Amino acid sequence: MAAAPTAVATAAGASTAVLAPRPAPTSALLRRTQVTPRRHPALKCRRAGPLTPKAAAAAAASGGSSPSSAVFHGEAFVVGDNIDTDQIIPAEHLTLVPSKPDEYRKLGSFAFAGLPSAAYPTPFVAPGEESSRYAVIIGGANFGCGSSREHAPVALGAAGARAVVAESYARIFFRNSVATGEVYPLELTDAGAWKECKTGDVVTVDLGNSVFINHTSSKEYKLKPIGDAGPVIEAGGIFAYARKTGMIASKAAA
Amino acid sequence: MASSVSAAAKASAAFAHKKELAAAAPAPTQHRAGSGRRSKPCRVRAVASPARAPRAPSSTGSVKTAMTMTEKILARASERAGLEPGENVWVDVDVLMTHDVCGPGTIGIFKKEFGGDAKVWDREKVVIIPDHYIFTSDERANRNVDILRDFCMEQNIKYFYDIKDLSNFKANPDYKGVCHVALAQEGHCRPGEVLLGTDSHTCNAGAFGQFATGIGNTDAGFVLGTGKALLKVPPTIRFVLDGEMPPYLLAKDLILQIIGEISVSGATYKSMEFVGSTVESLNMEERMTLCNMVIEAGGKNGVVPADETTFKYLEGKTSVDYEPVYSDAQARFFSDYRFDVSKLEPVVAKPHSPDNRALARECKDVKIDRVYIGSCTGGKTEDFLAAAKVFLASGKKVKVPTFLVPATQKVWMDLYSLPVPGSGGKTCSQIFEEAGCDTPASPSCGACLGGPRDTYARMNEPMVCVSTTNRNFPGRMGHKEGQIYLASPYTAAASALTGYVTDPRDFLM
Repeated sequence: MAAAPTAVATAAGASTAVLAPRPAPTSALLRRTQVTPRRHPALKCRRAGPLTPKAAAAAAASGGSSPSSAVFHGEAFVVGDNIDTDQIIPAEHLTLVPSKPDEYRKLGSFAFAGLPSAAYPTPFVAPGEESSRYAVIIGGANFGCGSSREHAPVALGAAGARAVVAESYARIFFRNSVATGEVYPLELTDAGAWKECKTGDVVTVDLGNSVFINHTSSKEYKLKPIGDAGPVIEAGGIFAYARKTGMIASKAAA
Repeated sequence: MASSVSAAAKASAAFAHKKELAAAAPAPTQHRAGSGRRSKPCRVRAVASPARAPRAPSSTGSVKTAMTMTEKILARASERAGLEPGENVWVDVDVLMTHDVCGPGTIGIFKKEFGGDAKVWDREKVVIIPDHYIFTSDERANRNVDILRDFCMEQNIKYFYDIKDLSNFKANPDYKGVCHVALAQEGHCRPGEVLLGTDSHTCNAGAFGQFATGIGNTDAGFVLGTGKALLKVPPTIRFVLDGEMPPYLLAKDLILQIIGEISVSGATYKSMEFVGSTVESLNMEERMTLCNMVIEAGGKNGVVPADETTFKYLEGKTSVDYEPVYSDAQARFFSDYRFDVSKLEPVVAKPHSPDNRALARECKDVKIDRVYIGSCTGGKTEDFLAAAKVFLASGKKVKVPTFLVPATQKVWMDLYSLPVPGSGGKTCSQIFEEAGCDTPASPSCGACLGGPRDTYARMNEPMVCVSTTNRNFPGRMGHKEGQIYLASPYTAAASALTGYVTDPRDFLM
């Protein structure tokens, strides 16, 4: 993972997630939850931005023992088939080095800057902002095709997105998402279901139950289980996961 | 897990498609070794006997698995006797390549995870090639090359192809240019090996009969520290290309044809193996073009069996022993595609997807604003020789600005020194000048991927470009509304001469 400290909002289990006390809303949460569903508490935590002490405490209290039980809630940003990495982060911004914290944040501000404005009149990141109001990205087939630039999942994660829900992924984007722990690359079981979503729809991604809910259209969809990749993303990437699970030694010197 | 192979069911007149696990078929190429310095030329490790076991394997207690070339390379690299597609294995990496765009991030992760004073696993197996954003005044781009240099000094990296004097690339004897072409020219691509790089076109090196694929910064940071990578063994799709290559076709036409057939996700998570008499007749640079674009079909890697052409190319380029491996006759392929190359026509990929295939002649009414010949895919010596051949045959001048960006310093030298066959001794550069092309630029990735605003030949306006590069997604060469037609160097040169997308047969026949 390329970013500064991360608090992944996790609950000990799906049921706990639902019962867990709601974290005090941060400003980011307030922006994203115009419609608050009763059964799915908003556990979205901003990664790039500073966490409020309360949100951090809530995230810490929820623990991280059980894999893939996170719930993300917020507005969706919808893109089409074959969204390539040039559209996710245009090559001119690749001079930014993701492992440098200030440049990491800047990458977030350019997330989806390559989408043609005619087809996508609403930008993912509003002009002048560093992060996006959209918590979940919805796409079609072959999301993230093209280059191996890790800047792509990093830009999405740095902008504040936590999950991509697509029909399928290009290999390197999927792997980079898992290796960095930046975003959950999730797949819908029904091909074409993503077309029923519009940008701005309020959605919930419930990893524990493998469901994706569109509250605006009141429809619910099955997600393919994220499997072994879930705990890796939850830990914050492969290095963090390998340390957490004892696969590699903890760093002696920080 | 995310593959989409729905498009693989498409049919086409030009080839027959035998779906699913076609066993056996023509044993490709010779197993015999070539000349050269390999100490154990005929020995192949981790290979099952191609002969049928006299008894069922279960009764002998020793299961021997017939494997594809890709499976065999990964078996060797993971010290396993046999592998099945879908298995995850830790492989020893023979070469790790990184460049100025992903190198600094990779180094950042390496330092963060292994410590500030950590050493790379093997200073002779790391190859660092600045090539993307070189001839630019962009300060951050320049800084990124400085980061690479500092790291290479600190780690005593053996292969660092540095550039310091940006005003004149020729003043930098170490500087090469586009990493994938430089890797081949400098002898870092060898049959049977595993090469990983922080660039999706690393699959280019599969032309040498090795496993080569692109990885991200985090995975590369891990490899830097350990020399190992966790890879999933891909199933292999086999492409049998037979028939004599018509004189108006290039490997670029073949791969655009294939991508158009199987779609941009048709080979996701899979290996693409290219065999057949046409492939055997291709030179190394053409084989590279074929393998270079497997990523455009979502492929994990592409391979061409090593043969005499390969061994000859490698002569004098490497002193490292290598062992080519080949698919077993009984190896199981995910699917088979067969093409009769003699019946194919020049094709382009229309905006905005590499699988948006059309015949070049079907696009003859598409007016263009410029032509770009360059990149790892289409900026090699053979690519420029092909373009020169068209200009020479026509004797005319280009009608639109035509930009030439040699991939490497070696390619640039070739343009100024190699005589073009049939020209009475003229070089490519002379022919390009007579045709009114722009002077060949400093070697780098150039405008293939847009890059900083001041990149040579970048599309800063919404124009229509015929390009020998590899991708035509929106914004790829700079402007989001720009339109890119991917084409072979023949088609690109023919289009430059008319100002429209043009079938090269108009000039070559």
